[in-house]
Amino acid sequence: MKLIFGVIFQRLALSLVTIFLVSIVIFSSVTLLPGDFAKSILGQSATPETVAAFQRELGLDRPPVERYLEWIGRVAQGDLGDSFASGAGYQRSVAEVIGPRLGNTLFLAAITAVIAVPLALALGVAAALYRNSWFDRTVNATSLSTISFPEFFVAYILMLIFAVNLRLLPSLANVGPETPLDERLVKTLLPAMTLALVIIAHMLRMTRASIIALLASPYVEMARLKGVSRRRVILKHVLPNAWAPIVNIIAFNLAYLIVGVVVVEAVFVYPGVGQLMVDSVQTRDIPVVQGCALIFAATYIFLNLAADVIAIATNPRILHPR
Amino acid sequence: MIDLKSIGLGWMRKEAASGRMSRREFIQIAGAAGVTVAAADFMFAKAAKAAPNKGGHFIQALTGGGTKDVLDPAQTLDSYMINVSFGQLRNNLTEIAPDGSLIGELATEWEGLDGGKRWVFAIRTGVTFHNGKSLTPEDVVASFNHHRGPDSKSAASGLVKQIVDVRADGGNVVFELEAGNADWPFIVSDYHLVICPANADGTMDWQSGTGTGSYKLESFEPGVNTRVIRNENYWKEGRAHFDSAENLFIPDAGARANALITGSLHAYSNLDLKTVGLMGRDPNIQIFPITGNKHAVLPMHVDTAPFDNLDVRLALKYAINREELVSKILRGQGEVGNDSPIGPANAYRATPEELPQRPYDPDKAKFHLKKAGMDSLKVQLSLADTAFEGAIDAGSLYAESAKPAGIEIEVVREAEDSYWDNVWLKKPWCGGYWGGRPTEDWMFSQVYQAGADWNETKWANPRFNELLIQARSELDEKKRRDMYVEMQIICSEDGGALIPIFMAYTHAASTKIALPDQIANNWELDGHKNVERWSMA
Repeated sequence: MKLIFGVIFQRLALSLVTIFLVSIVIFSSVTLLPGDFAKSILGQSATPETVAAFQRELGLDRPPVERYLEWIGRVAQGDLGDSFASGAGYQRSVAEVIGPRLGNTLFLAAITAVIAVPLALALGVAAALYRNSWFDRTVNATSLSTISFPEFFVAYILMLIFAVNLRLLPSLANVGPETPLDERLVKTLLPAMTLALVIIAHMLRMTRASIIALLASPYVEMARLKGVSRRRVILKHVLPNAWAPIVNIIAFNLAYLIVGVVVVEAVFVYPGVGQLMVDSVQTRDIPVVQGCALIFAATYIFLNLAADVIAIATNPRILHPR
Repeated sequence: MIDLKSIGLGWMRKEAASGRMSRREFIQIAGAAGVTVAAADFMFAKAAKAAPNKGGHFIQALTGGGTKDVLDPAQTLDSYMINVSFGQLRNNLTEIAPDGSLIGELATEWEGLDGGKRWVFAIRTGVTFHNGKSLTPEDVVASFNHHRGPDSKSAASGLVKQIVDVRADGGNVVFELEAGNADWPFIVSDYHLVICPANADGTMDWQSGTGTGSYKLESFEPGVNTRVIRNENYWKEGRAHFDSAENLFIPDAGARANALITGSLHAYSNLDLKTVGLMGRDPNIQIFPITGNKHAVLPMHVDTAPFDNLDVRLALKYAINREELVSKILRGQGEVGNDSPIGPANAYRATPEELPQRPYDPDKAKFHLKKAGMDSLKVQLSLADTAFEGAIDAGSLYAESAKPAGIEIEVVREAEDSYWDNVWLKKPWCGGYWGGRPTEDWMFSQVYQAGADWNETKWANPRFNELLIQARSELDEKKRRDMYVEMQIICSEDGGALIPIFMAYTHAASTKIALPDQIANNWELDGHKNVERWSMA
């Protein structure tokens, strides 16, 4: 146990270093973006005087290194800064802008995960047990086709069936902070189904492959020979050894659900972080773009960390590499 | 069917609609005018139905917004916040009525003195803000001062630059302008110049969203959703029929269409022109294009060769097939342009007799090219689809139509996101669009006056500029009209702006929504006042 905590601590420290490096990449790429917030917010109304007034007020006339140090210093204290939309007498912090959107994204990711993960694991195990049967082939073919179509296409097909033809579900997923839970669930269902269809194949196939590999191993054969029930073989002997790769894939897909669903958000008008980031890039709202990018990076890093920890906890052999 | 209006009984319709006239009275009067009982009965039913229903929750999708949106009218730039701030929460001193005439909003009357240099507006009494505060002339002064000052970041700073002084005087507000401007009452109807309550220190409170408008702010989530509820103390009669309204920001045209088809929305504007025909087939959807002043323009820099030659400009103007652009690019949702930016929503637009429509005439184009001493011409036209919807396609069609005239147009595809920074005003020939301005002077002085910041053609015609100054302070309607017509002719004949098409504001609404007989054409969505003008069917 002590060893595990040591590893976790070590990994956490490494993660922080990674995030710090990522922050440099984020800041420099955002700084290199062409265009300008003042010009984009003023559009055709941008005159040199109004643009200059904006630049001065936002501090964009200062050198990049100075701006980076100030930004990272504040981030280290947990302050992501203020959105450029704030002005005299009106403050809008980045946390305030991202907060509700991140909540929506996490909600959608959670609903999708609740649908997709058990389904993928169950189907994967079943497909492995009955491999090369009709069931296995159907599951494989279906999941491969849904992952091959672009997300927006899956989204439109589901919308056509459930919103336009059957009129069962709304096509707009415009949830807000005041939306009650039941309404929120109904509105989130179509986007969640779309995303579930997109991610199930990946997890299902990984589950199937690792279980098939283990089913052929000598200790499983031994267990079978001594008369252990099939159910017990899977749960006690196979799955513990299969967790590591499966958990990694699940973590990868969960991260995707948080950082990569902007297309689905656009189709269903779901107010998530992806849309926010695209929106902010378009308007060059730099603090929000940086905040989103940092949160995305952290999500990836920490979900991977969690996957590693789970893999280690379920399979102590990984702790002592030879 | 006889129309009541055609037999001079239009007033009856209003009476019936307001419930002041019974069916019996209606049939009797109509009968006296020679209308049969059955016909009169039908007319009554139709007229009485026109009385707007009160109530309902209206949901519309707006474009032109984002997470950067703020309630500050000085930073109101695009349709989302125009509709919310100007159309729902707040009022102006004056309002452009659906028929295009100017009526008082928070001002009851106004008068121009000293050749339009001083304007006195009488402020309406008995109007309260949403927070219960009464409207005073001081609020008006604070609201205008909000846009003034040397450090102003206001998008309206160009408009208020001409104010030398604005002050409250009893129940009036007096504006002193640096030069006469006959259009001042029109200019104060601009969506930036809404009236908000003054703070004690003379600044203005826009942060709370409080106004005198038809709807009160309930929640505001920039780039997502704004909810409003009816202002029960609204002073305008016959407006604000919905109980509440919701404004969703939906930038994706496909998502807007799906939401309307599935009944999640009641209305939206900016249809995807490619699917207008398909949408029109849905029996539950009404599609209504309204052509106002919004137009596409291909501005040529008249100080750069070859566009410095008038005959080259004319050759290019004759070589474009405008009808084809209306049918193929706009899918019929618009009209042809005549190289003048003054459109249907302007008061002094030249009639077709005064300024005949320029046709597509390759021979005439050839003739002008020859007159310029050329057999053929090769030019580059810089475009991107941000210039106006379908700009690249329009450029290709233009290139084809210009070939018979010996003109080779090379359409240069420019980057979309830096188009307004790097191409517009910089490249000698590019594309763009204007939402149009409610007055001739406004449009001409912002874009066509010699030396104007946005003079995208670098055009400086002495006679045009002389007329522009004269017309600005001319308070005589007839003389003013003559001047503006002459200016439109000069602009079309001599100017560097090729204006091929006027794009209609396109709208789709559920048949659950009752639309008024007359819909304003000064902006999209009934002049952006749709929430207070429309009702449930």
